Amino acid sequence: MPIKRSLPNILLLGLILACVPWMGLSAFWLSFLYLILYWSVLTLSWNVFSGYSGYFSFGHGAFFGIGIYTVAYMCGQLEYPFIQMVALGGVLSGATGVCIGAIVFRVKRVRGELFALLTLAVTFIISTIVLNTPIDGGPGVYLNSVQVPKLGPNLPATFYLLILILFILALFISKAIGSSKLGSALFAIHDDEDAAEVMGVPTFKTKLIALFISSALAGLAGGIHAVFVSYVTANEIFSINVPLFVVLMSILGGTRHWAGPALGALVITVLQYVFTIGDNALLGKMVLGLVLILVILFKPDGFLGGVARRNDKKEAKKIGEKYGVSLSSVKNSTPTHFHVDHQNSSAPHQTKERGLEPHTHNNWQSNQETLLEAQDLCMSFSGLKVLQNLNLEIYQGEILGLLGPNGSGKSTFINVISGHYKPTSGSLVFSGSDITHLQAHEIAQQGIARTYQIPRPFSNLTVFENTRLVASYARCISLNAATPFAIEALEKVGLEHKIDSLPQDLNLHQRKFLEFARALAAKPKLLMLDEVLSGLTPSEIQSAIALILNIKAQGTTILFVEHVMSAVMALADRVAVINHGQLLAKGDPKDVMRDPKVITAYLGKKLADA
Amino acid sequence: MINPWWAICILAPVFFVIGALIHALIRRFRMTAFNSLLLTFGLTVIIDAFIQWIWTADFRKLESVYSNSKFEIFGIYLPYAESFSFAISLICACSVYWVMKRTDMGKAVRAIAQDPQMATAYGINQKLITMCLAGFCTALAAVAGVCVSLIFTLNPSQLYTWIGVVFAVVMLGGLGSAFGPLLAGMLIGVSESITMVFIAPSWAPIVSFTLLIGLLLFRPDKI
Repeated sequence: MPIKRSLPNILLLGLILACVPWMGLSAFWLSFLYLILYWSVLTLSWNVFSGYSGYFSFGHGAFFGIGIYTVAYMCGQLEYPFIQMVALGGVLSGATGVCIGAIVFRVKRVRGELFALLTLAVTFIISTIVLNTPIDGGPGVYLNSVQVPKLGPNLPATFYLLILILFILALFISKAIGSSKLGSALFAIHDDEDAAEVMGVPTFKTKLIALFISSALAGLAGGIHAVFVSYVTANEIFSINVPLFVVLMSILGGTRHWAGPALGALVITVLQYVFTIGDNALLGKMVLGLVLILVILFKPDGFLGGVARRNDKKEAKKIGEKYGVSLSSVKNSTPTHFHVDHQNSSAPHQTKERGLEPHTHNNWQSNQETLLEAQDLCMSFSGLKVLQNLNLEIYQGEILGLLGPNGSGKSTFINVISGHYKPTSGSLVFSGSDITHLQAHEIAQQGIARTYQIPRPFSNLTVFENTRLVASYARCISLNAATPFAIEALEKVGLEHKIDSLPQDLNLHQRKFLEFARALAAKPKLLMLDEVLSGLTPSEIQSAIALILNIKAQGTTILFVEHVMSAVMALADRVAVINHGQLLAKGDPKDVMRDPKVITAYLGKKLADA
Repeated sequence: MINPWWAICILAPVFFVIGALIHALIRRFRMTAFNSLLLTFGLTVIIDAFIQWIWTADFRKLESVYSNSKFEIFGIYLPYAESFSFAISLICACSVYWVMKRTDMGKAVRAIAQDPQMATAYGINQKLITMCLAGFCTALAAVAGVCVSLIFTLNPSQLYTWIGVVFAVVMLGGLGSAFGPLLAGMLIGVSESITMVFIAPSWAPIVSFTLLIGLLLFRPDKI
């Protein structure tokens, strides 16, 4: 559901809740409602980054504590005005989040684990700093004298209304991010961060933005809470309770649903209250630990996880219907009809009808403009040289087949072009500009798309969302503007009837075609296909070949790594053979395949010559 | 009062079984790596509450046969408890190194770490070996716990402080290395002691994390 339609509902909820203080509730119940909303804000703020992106932070206590101590120090000790200092706490807390993120996210391996534990560590660091400086100094800070703007009939009502404003803001932000371009990038990062980056998502920036929002909201909540509790001590504020509760509430409610965390907060706060009035706080802690374990074991998606999934499917279906896509599952999944541009595609049609005979290679020679040029490209992994001084150019509009025995460096070549690896030396020039030092998402936005040999769909996003996300980020357009391109790409590969499926419901053939659809939706100038045919049946290979020729006919240049030789001979305008990371031969497919060096590389030397 | 050596001999096998059982549970539910982290986090909270319930949240000091006893070597007096812990850590690091590098079991573990499916295809009993490994890690943690109890004052909330220190040591020393963490542990221990003497004891907890953040800032590729 788009944000425009939920906004009135969220505001209505806010108005209803705002009437509560005038309904004659006692101060106790107002404080209880305050606590529910307060935990909801903390949990929603945690979820905006950690729940959506899968980077679990155990340091929410630190962000919350920064808010608390900003207000405690500035208002409690230096007597600055309250509201401004709450805002300052939010900003400081957000800035701390960004700093932590900027340090951790540069590490490639164990990012998730490192982030989780480093955020926990930061909590101790900040706690130690607060304890050893005049900010706290040890005995704690009293905030009784802080002047709070009078919003409600009495003080508990004022706190309740303050946190209510923040709650409505948090709920709105959670919903807005969840259904925005930023949100789908976070979901993609959750599922496969490297693939997301290669498909054009600026993952580093996305994570920092979301982390800023998340920690700033926690800081704001802390600022209000400081005055609510009116006496703060470092040991209590920076205890493990905040991160524990927040993680537990989010998981219980469902991290992928925008309102899930609030529901989880409601349930746990009530549960906690039941144990506290029974004077069983320790037992309550044990039960919480146990609930966390049970939820992880039996309901890892949380209460609203299933709802979120159904909503995604419904939305995909609705968009499909809007664009007149047939959703009947009876239809054969193999694409049979193509909207081929008939002006320059007589050759592809022949090939499609008569099987795997080579088509005439005439249309590339007239136009030898270089699209991509690799100059002296070297790539080594700690001493192992995978690419050695590779010089290779790809001409505008051609299909270049890249061949070579297993381990010869073909996939590495594709990984270097797409920015997955940075070359050790040498340069890559694409469309006249140097892309050697660009980040992977910038390369994707320049117009280079790829498929993976083993499909890497974003496993929790629908087929439609998978495709639209890539179209949106690779073309730098909004999600709505990307919708028609996603539909078009899915129709082209014949997956339009699977628009609301999750990748796990597709077979291998369909998942390979989803890879195709995502690459096509990016509208690349250069499309790199990494063994798209491997593992397909002969008839599926036929339809894939027809699809590739169709893509070429629309002017896309294709680099094509393949072991199915008949397909290479049928498709490629030129082939290049690499072995041990060095170029052996390049040129017309027939000539290259007769080259003695190539024959030796594939079949070995004759005994007499050896 | 029993001798710490005996404590280790009893606790290590018990915790081996506990670790193996937890691993079996994680396997049974086909948990993702991250969910298993959350599961152990939940267990930690339960254990924390349990310890508070039995021994309260007060600080306590273990009076063992080794507390206050020292011995002299080359004119330097060494406290017995610390020397005992250092000897144990040397023994553990050396035996882990030997097992991982020299035995078939160690080779199997390394093969599983690289490619579990291929390792299974070549006849390695992945299920059994990872269970043993999980048990072995838990047993080592129990041994470390005995050493901690000999030297430091004890308090339930320290659980979380130690997680942080362990994590910093492993990251500094290098994942999958036997002697790296030993060296990193010594580096952090010495830095903490220097901080305690020259600045103030209350600043000591952040030393390990400052070192870790320094490493992340300047050598992120080494992680």
